[in-house]
Amino acid sequence: MTTDTENRGAKGDLLLEMRDIRISGFSDERWHEIIKGVDLTLRRGEVMGLIGESGAGKSTLGKAAMGYAQPGCKIMSGSIMFDGIDLVAASEADKRALWGSRIAYVAQSAAASFNPAHRLIDQTVEATVGHDISSDSEAKSDAVELYGSLQLPDPDTIGTRYPHQVSGGQLQRIMTAMAMSPRPDLIIFDEPTTALDVTTQVEVLVAMRDIVEQFNTAAIYITHDLAVVAQMADFIKVLRYGEEVEEAETRKMLAEPEQEYTKSLWSVRALEKPEDKSSEIVLSIKNVDAAYGNTVKVLHDVSIDIPRGRTVSVVGESGSGKSTTARVITGLLPPMSGSIEFNGETLPGALKDRTKDQLRRIQMIYQMADTAMNPKQTVGEIISRPLEFYHGLKGSQKHKRLVELLEMIELDESFMDRLPGELSGGQKQRICIARALAAEPDVIICDEVTSALDQIVQEGILKLLLRLQKEFGITYLFITHDIAVVTAISDEIVVMFQGEVVEQGLKSEILSPPHPDYTQLLLSSVPEMDPDWLDKLVDERN
Amino acid sequence: MHPVLATVLQRLGLGVVTLFFVSLIIFAAIAMLPGDFGEAVLGQAALPETVEAFRKELGLDKPAWLRYINWVAAVLQGDLGTSFSGRAASGVDRSRDVVDLIAPRLWNTLFLAGITALIAVPLALFLGITTALARNSVYDRSVNAATLTTISFPEFFVAYVLIVLLASIWPVFPSLANVTPEMSFTERLYKCALPSLTLTLVIVAHMMRMTRAAIINLLASPYIEMAQLKGVSKAKVIVKHALPNAWAPIATVIAFNLAYLVVGVVVVEVVFVYPGIGQLMVDAVTSRDIPVVQACALIFAATYILLNLLADIIGIVTNPRLLHPR
Amino acid sequence: MSETVKSYSAADEVGAIRMRRTRWQRMMIDLKKAPISAWFGMIVIAIYAFTALFAPLLAPYGEAQVFPTPFAPWSMTGGGEHVFGTDQIGRDVFSRLIYGARNTIGIALATTLLSFIIGGGLGLVAAINRSWLDQLLSRFVDVLMAIPSLIFALMLLSIFGSTVGSLIMIIAVLDSTRVFRLTRSVAVNVVVMDYVEAARLRGEGLGWVMRREILPNIMPPLVAEFGLRFSFVFLTIAALSFLGLGIQPPTADWGSMVRDNASLIQFAQYDLTAAMTPLLPAGAIALLTVAVNFVVDWFLHKTSGLRDDH
Repeated sequence: MTTDTENRGAKGDLLLEMRDIRISGFSDERWHEIIKGVDLTLRRGEVMGLIGESGAGKSTLGKAAMGYAQPGCKIMSGSIMFDGIDLVAASEADKRALWGSRIAYVAQSAAASFNPAHRLIDQTVEATVGHDISSDSEAKSDAVELYGSLQLPDPDTIGTRYPHQVSGGQLQRIMTAMAMSPRPDLIIFDEPTTALDVTTQVEVLVAMRDIVEQFNTAAIYITHDLAVVAQMADFIKVLRYGEEVEEAETRKMLAEPEQEYTKSLWSVRALEKPEDKSSEIVLSIKNVDAAYGNTVKVLHDVSIDIPRGRTVSVVGESGSGKSTTARVITGLLPPMSGSIEFNGETLPGALKDRTKDQLRRIQMIYQMADTAMNPKQTVGEIISRPLEFYHGLKGSQKHKRLVELLEMIELDESFMDRLPGELSGGQKQRICIARALAAEPDVIICDEVTSALDQIVQEGILKLLLRLQKEFGITYLFITHDIAVVTAISDEIVVMFQGEVVEQGLKSEILSPPHPDYTQLLLSSVPEMDPDWLDKLVDERN
Repeated sequence: MHPVLATVLQRLGLGVVTLFFVSLIIFAAIAMLPGDFGEAVLGQAALPETVEAFRKELGLDKPAWLRYINWVAAVLQGDLGTSFSGRAASGVDRSRDVVDLIAPRLWNTLFLAGITALIAVPLALFLGITTALARNSVYDRSVNAATLTTISFPEFFVAYVLIVLLASIWPVFPSLANVTPEMSFTERLYKCALPSLTLTLVIVAHMMRMTRAAIINLLASPYIEMAQLKGVSKAKVIVKHALPNAWAPIATVIAFNLAYLVVGVVVVEVVFVYPGIGQLMVDAVTSRDIPVVQACALIFAATYILLNLLADIIGIVTNPRLLHPR
Repeated sequence: MSETVKSYSAADEVGAIRMRRTRWQRMMIDLKKAPISAWFGMIVIAIYAFTALFAPLLAPYGEAQVFPTPFAPWSMTGGGEHVFGTDQIGRDVFSRLIYGARNTIGIALATTLLSFIIGGGLGLVAAINRSWLDQLLSRFVDVLMAIPSLIFALMLLSIFGSTVGSLIMIIAVLDSTRVFRLTRSVAVNVVVMDYVEAARLRGEGLGWVMRREILPNIMPPLVAEFGLRFSFVFLTIAALSFLGLGIQPPTADWGSMVRDNASLIQFAQYDLTAAMTPLLPAGAIALLTVAVNFVVDWFLHKTSGLRDDH
């Protein structure tokens, strides 16, 4: 198979032109406009980054670039011209002839998007062979080469495996090979690294970028992560509520964004709490081992000291044991050995052995505010339960305190009768904070509290938490995988890897070199808002 | 050991354990009988010695566990005991072996269920798959409304409506399905027309709805969308991407409904006076002929367990995760 | 930091804010949007309920009152004594149909309620207390469900005899296995929710967690299941009565009425109305289950549709 762009036009020729696209989705028994008149132009060999928060319509727009509307959606108006072909007017058969030959798609969840019943290599070449672009054997030997250039282990044999037999990061690269196999003119990457850990993400990003460059393929890269898109795209388009905010060349966009909204997307990274030392330890876990079902040991000899009135961040990737540590502290998972000391006394390991006062003093806030609140209880009921339960408040006293708490989280009385389903993501998380505050705790455990939220909302929550700490001297144990959040909020940092503490110390100590190997790998893998970051990193690591 | 084999053996083991507990429950039936049931069977005039002899014959003087072992051993050798009917107060015993009562009727029931399954399974799969593919179309909606109505009907209602229409007003088929062993195959089929039509109507509705739900669930998988976005044709998406993953849910649906069929047979046999095992069981319950009830219950339960076991095994051997372990 | 960020207000964030309405208002809105099939179902159920409640006032004759002519013909066009004729021993069919509503529906309802108390209660306990108790109950239910319930019921009836009491007990216990499975599986999904964990971390007792956190969230599927279980129980009891093993004479009951008058079906060619006599109670059974299924179908559609817009 030849790899050039013979007869397909040269780099810089117009490839895709979308004009005034309007797409509606059907829900709640009526049509809602998801994309409200967006234009998009892409030339051969260019990579466009499409960024926006959840609900911005970026994925819908990306699929529309193929002429595809997902079930429940409809392209209402506008024109999509792909290399002279009108995709809005094209028949299903015409579009099918383009899909998987000249336009390819890489989905977010590789694990779900591969058919469990077929070998990976058969799925890799399915479109290429199906569209008669090359013969089965040619396509397969080409696929093996692609696996090799995507840095997959054992490129000769990995294709003979089934999807459940390889890891998530490898699957994502195989899906890229699948998209590249027919040598398309355009690839749509739909949040391809969102489900991956940071250290895995780096490898996948490098592989995807190099192969797109190698074959001079045009691409639309959809993500909510600015730092990631900065590495991948030549220029960036920002979407919000289905409308375009602005579009600019990547370096220009990063250096001098024009719109207020775009500037606000940068802001969380600018938030940084000055660190503060403290010697009084409020909570201390000592040499804790823990296991699920007495078999799989997930914590090995973990010791963490948490100073009063400060924020300790626990960072690590999935499987590092950071959430398990939180479960041990709350008493949901009694430790096999080791102890927990709280305010100078030993805390019983199991929840049921702890006193009401001990329970009151340690509160928890969850990642998904959606599932942390009973959907059948109103905001008032949710916040007032700890008031009744711990403090015995009733009637007007309870109401007064309720209003106070709502004001503390910058909401007002009118929210009291709402159900959680009637709140935005940020508001839900604020209600959870108010519920924790109502108990008047010493320590609040925050388990990834901002990672499900959009950038700008994240910042509001982090600021609120900082203000509350200042006012009430609350101690936070912050569990997160997001280094930007760590910088924003913590005084001390604990790095965890595979159930062990790698290091613990003040923020300034941990974030500045020299680092232990794992901390180095973790910190260096966090994408930065510098378009050259990935190049530099690759140079460094080689 | 290969994980498929291991899982299949595990499932078989579970099936045996279930069968064991089921046999315990069925055996316990006889142990729960009130003390004076000997008189009830033999009649008020029975002499105490006769009753005593009867109790001894049933082994009621022995401990329960020993009786259970004897019973299981006998069942495994094909001996299902002796019927209570035909016994008289005088001690004259004209009762028959349960096996002799059941064997010809079991064959009749299997014949009826088999014919029904032959019509119902392909029809239901066809309807289920086509409605799932043409979701929310007029065809889908009308088939759905029709099946929602039929699953609500009691079997005897469907049966009598069919009799009024097809046996009485337009006498196309006989209303009595009194088959005899001497009948030819075609004559048998003719006699079985209405009972199997009744069963088909009831089963198809259930099976079609479950098939439709299973297929819709399958088509919502991201890998189906991925295949479409690779430009794979509609027919190929179904055959190559949906079908290999559809065996397990479809097998479950079929097994579940065949098991349902086994039960539905009871009422239908009574309506059409069809000499099958279901009617035998109803008669035995009416006359409290416990050995016959036990034997019938055991056969029904075993069929039911076996069908579900089969579906699970099909699910296991078509599961790629087990076929190709890490 | 930019101006926008400073003027950011949490209260202004866009949430899916809906009009605040009372439960009653929401119900009326839902009812207005209900499809014709659901309306049909609800009206039929209401008529049945009315008939069952006021049976003695509505029926022209007594439940077991015997008249001299057995199998008297229908006389729908005034003057006649028996609208739907009389049965094989001369009882008024119309009156027995009306009393049958009370008996058949009443017994099925009692059975379903009992089966929900047993199955629902145990299912909830098993879902919360995922220990040996859950294992034991689940395995026991597996075994019970390995025997088809009609067959199991037949076997137990042959031992305990066909009284109304044993009928209700036997069917309720057998049917509670399905309620147990559903309650358990729905509740397990709710038990793993963070808000249940939050309640436990707060130190709430088991009763509070069950009543306030779990139960309100599993109600919609349980309500739908109640409708489905009711139809199933209703059909099972009707089938048993039809087989002569359910509700016993002289109690008027639709299943046994079909059985009693079944022989009339043979005369459809000569007297169509007479042949209809056994179809009346059978049709009454069918109509009610169709109605319940229509309402349940709409309810399921409505509750699953609500999940979409969150």
